[in-house]
Amino acid sequence: MATQHSRAAARVMLSPAVILLILWMIVPLGLTLYFSFLRYNLLMPGMEEWTGFANYRFFLTDPAFTTALVNTLLLVGGVLLITVGGGICLALLLDQPFWGQGVVRVLVIAPFFVMPTVSALVWKNMFMDPVNGLFGYVARLFGAQPFEWLTAAPLLSITLIVAWQWLPFATLILLTAIQSLSSEQLEAAEMDGARFPSRFLWIILPHLARAITVVILIQTIFLLSVFAEILVTTNGGPGIASTNLTFLVYAESLLRFDVGTGSAGGVVAIILANIVAIFLMRMIGRNLDA
Amino acid sequence: MARAASRSRTLMVTIIAWLIGLALFFPILWTILTSFKTEAQAIASPPLFLFFDWTLENYGTVQERSNYFAHFMNSVIISVGSTVIGLVIAVPAAWSMAFVPRKRTKDVLMWMLSTKMLPPVGVLIPIYLIFRDVGLLDTRTGLVIVLTLINLPIIVWMLYTYFREIPGEILEAARMDGASLRKEILHVLTPMAVPGIASTMLLNIILAWNEAFWTLNLTAAKAAPLTAFIASYSSPEGLFYAKLSAASTMAIAPILILGWFSQKQLVRGLTFGAVK
Repeated sequence: MATQHSRAAARVMLSPAVILLILWMIVPLGLTLYFSFLRYNLLMPGMEEWTGFANYRFFLTDPAFTTALVNTLLLVGGVLLITVGGGICLALLLDQPFWGQGVVRVLVIAPFFVMPTVSALVWKNMFMDPVNGLFGYVARLFGAQPFEWLTAAPLLSITLIVAWQWLPFATLILLTAIQSLSSEQLEAAEMDGARFPSRFLWIILPHLARAITVVILIQTIFLLSVFAEILVTTNGGPGIASTNLTFLVYAESLLRFDVGTGSAGGVVAIILANIVAIFLMRMIGRNLDA
Repeated sequence: MARAASRSRTLMVTIIAWLIGLALFFPILWTILTSFKTEAQAIASPPLFLFFDWTLENYGTVQERSNYFAHFMNSVIISVGSTVIGLVIAVPAAWSMAFVPRKRTKDVLMWMLSTKMLPPVGVLIPIYLIFRDVGLLDTRTGLVIVLTLINLPIIVWMLYTYFREIPGEILEAARMDGASLRKEILHVLTPMAVPGIASTMLLNIILAWNEAFWTLNLTAAKAAPLTAFIASYSSPEGLFYAKLSAASTMAIAPILILGWFSQKQLVRGLTFGAVK
């Protein structure tokens, strides 16, 4: 009786969350899908008509799409390379005993809490600006020509900014994972004469494999949608040199008011993100059983 | 010998770790320092580190020119509001999944997570158009709704991982003693669940405060939280470094402080319990 009662109660308690999320998923997704098959421009209201796959054809054959896709992959790949590589090194370092561990940990984590628009603008103006930025000053100090970061290498600059924001995340998670490694195992290996490189390769890295995978997958989900950093630094430019898929869809729909093409782009972005999501979900699901 | 060797090793690690830590923190430190300079000192070459005339003038100017406080309050209302509403919806849901698990519970959890995987740009257009038609564009209500929904899966998941650590036997014991469901929740569960709920709340406020896709796309002047307000400095106004720094410092300070309290929860919350 009691269980039946609490079971019914449990269902009632669960339903608001489930219903809201179903609505949040189905309604906009359905509409995006629907719009993607329409010729629909906000500047020409009332002219909507069914066009089949024309929007997709237009979006996918637009040279801007190829550029944006490559940019997206470069941005995600670059940030992952820096954050995972740097994160492993930093986690190994912070795991050692040293003076002021707590303070350094806080310093390292801090960038993660800076809102994207602030970090992008601070980097853009106060560091990467060739005239007044600190990097320019340092370059002149050595007699070099200041580098025009955001015009000469916009995508690289944005990659660095985003990597600065995400390095703490990778470090923190990898550090947590390293700390769960039993020290006995490492000490035993050390006594057997295993040097650091082999200890790292055969004990630490395998132990971290899971955490690294999680970091890569979660960051990829977020990095596919980098937007604010691009908007406030380069606005996707010069030209479309730093436009990623998210920014292209935004530009298509909210700047050029082409809802149809923008929606087709949105669907493409969803498909891309889902490829990553499937792997991530599998890993998390496996953990749920354990 | 061995001890001396390990001491010098510790010293070396200390130096390297502090150098890297300070380097990573430097952009934030530099922003804070610059906010206390005059505009001329902010772009002085060579750059001034500590020895300049410290002034609070920029903070006053930022407030006067753009009513900074209104945007600050927008951020507070949107992040706290969406978090509180999210918790009200998520606590019962997580509670029921943790303590009355059913065959489908795992599927429900995974499905909730999958909604988080949806790239925001995939649903931007419909949300934008719906909001335009019902008058929610550039309103705090609209943003509270969106942020509640996008963070709901994280809240449910975090609470679920916390609740699952509460031993079910305690609940059974309370039930045996004749406690009603209401009493069970009120007197047994709540005290044990409070720490988990508090850290979930903390992390979620941070995430909502820094959210910069929906806040940028769905607000203009009126309901803009700090993320969107700061973005307006990307225009030539951003060349006023001292003012940009003052506005930025005020925008990140509260979250830096909250963030320091929630390091541990960050890992759990953002990995959905996959790394603890």
